[in-house]
Amino acid sequence: MRVTFTVNGRVHEADDVWEGESLLYVLRERLGLPGSKNACEQGECGSCTVRLDDVPVCACLVAAGQAEGREVVTVEGLAERSGAPGGRLSPVQQAFVDAGAVQCGFCTPGLLVATDELLERHPDPSDADIREALSGNLCRCTGYEKILDAVRLAAARGGETARDGEAARP
Amino acid sequence: MDFLRPASWAEALAAKAEHPSAVPLAGGTDVMVEINFDHRRPEYLLDLQRIGELHTWDADGPDVRLGAAVPYTRIIDHLADELPGLALAARTVGSPQIRNRGSVGGNLGAASPAGDSHPALLAAGAEVEAESVRGTRLIPVEEFYTGVKRNALAPDELIRAVRIRKATGPQQFSKVGTRNAMVIAVCAFGIALHPGSRTVRTGIGSAAPTPVRARAAEEFLAAALDDGRLWDTRGPLGPAVAGEFAELASGACNPIDDVRGSAAYRRRAVGVMARRTLGWVWGAYRGNEGRGAACA
Ligand SMILES: Cc1cc2nc3c(=O)[nH]c(=O)nc-3n(C[C@H](O)[C@H](O)[C@H](O)COP(=O)(O)OP(=O)(O)OC[C@H]3O[C@@H](n4cnc5c(N)ncnc54)[C@H](O)[C@@H]3O)c2cc1C
Ligand code: FES
Ligand code: FES
Repeated sequence: MRVTFTVNGRVHEADDVWEGESLLYVLRERLGLPGSKNACEQGECGSCTVRLDDVPVCACLVAAGQAEGREVVTVEGLAERSGAPGGRLSPVQQAFVDAGAVQCGFCTPGLLVATDELLERHPDPSDADIREALSGNLCRCTGYEKILDAVRLAAARGGETARDGEAARP
Repeated sequence: MDFLRPASWAEALAAKAEHPSAVPLAGGTDVMVEINFDHRRPEYLLDLQRIGELHTWDADGPDVRLGAAVPYTRIIDHLADELPGLALAARTVGSPQIRNRGSVGGNLGAASPAGDSHPALLAAGAEVEAESVRGTRLIPVEEFYTGVKRNALAPDELIRAVRIRKATGPQQFSKVGTRNAMVIAVCAFGIALHPGSRTVRTGIGSAAPTPVRARAAEEFLAAALDDGRLWDTRGPLGPAVAGEFAELASGACNPIDDVRGSAAYRRRAVGVMARRTLGWVWGAYRGNEGRGAACA
């Protein structure tokens, strides 16, 4: 079957999609967007996390046909969405790099999408909020502390930008 | 495989009547795992995500009529006052990503004895609204579970909604697992006080082939509360009453040994959860907010 949906603001069409195929497979293997990772295919690891009509979901558990006509955001779209100038990382991505929250990097795309959504809802999250929001994302390398640091850093910088913005206003 | 994408509820019922083997697909958090791992190759997938009414609820009457596909996240955010037990149970399901997709209709469709909705539905009191082109029937939730991963739906039926009594008293839910997130219950317990009818209802998960009520425990407690005029006085519950309630709840289990826990552990843990949750709801009924003070 053919599936047409929007990914990171652009309309994409995938042909010859098998009816039982996941959104994750379509993104990675048919649309050339391998940022979302495939590790468990059973919703346990969160490395495939994308936004489906804004809501964070495991792309491995969404049937491709269920994405028809919908809007998907993947890690590939975060920089542009954040308004970062061409070629630059989004603030959340930059915070992960700066905090040393990336080791092998396999879990990172899912964590970035989940963190981005958390900070949209909760610009100043408590540690409990962060743990809750990231509880569906497994990392086998970092021990999570650096990831928590990265989220706090991104939140703090977000706050700074907001305050700078206010200060700049007459 | 065919992907059926009905645009309306009437079309979905017609498709299910025409293809009774079609597998309904709501949030996909059970179905897609089975497909990804080749455990299931249905001839037809019947996508229910485009049917608006399955994603809404009506809370105007004494019941909440909860659309089958409403995701757990929305229950937690919007229905915690009306359905506190179910909202607590929903909070323990999987992870945010799973709660954003998974639904009570899907939990009932899967009918796993470990499904977290079930103890809460049993304790609150609920009927499953099953519909087909032949008509609608309301199945009391205790009659809905017919065996391990089996339910009372006919091949041409779909779940339209679940009608759940609105809480008129405190409700609690407790679940044993190895961690907080992303854990299938080793066993679980739900309890609801119904001061209007002076009854208590319970639900046990993952400790019998199907979710069950601990009826002997419910009857014992209702009688003890009546005898002591405790519904009126809101006096304290004696340890003997709580202990007997726990024993009877434990006795309602018919568990197995499996990788998640032994039968003996489950029996004991259900008793402990029954005693604790009773302490919590009775404390709340007496006007002590929160769990802390009453922790068993
Ligand atoms: C990582 C992970 C963690 C999980 N953790 C938990 C947990 O902690 N607790 C828990 O209880 N569950 C858990 N689950 C299981 C699952 O999320 C739940 O059972 C959920 O409620 C299923 O809802 P769904 O909408 O995704 O169902 P789907 O997968 O779409 O469907 C499930 C079943 O119900 C049928 N069905 C769906 N809708 C209808 C309908 N309207 N009428 C008739 N049949 C229907 C389907 O055909 C299928 O058989 C977990 C799953 C994953 C992948
Ligand atoms: S690959 Fe989707 S959750 Fe692991
Ligand atoms: S950095 Fe390796 S899994 Fe997280």
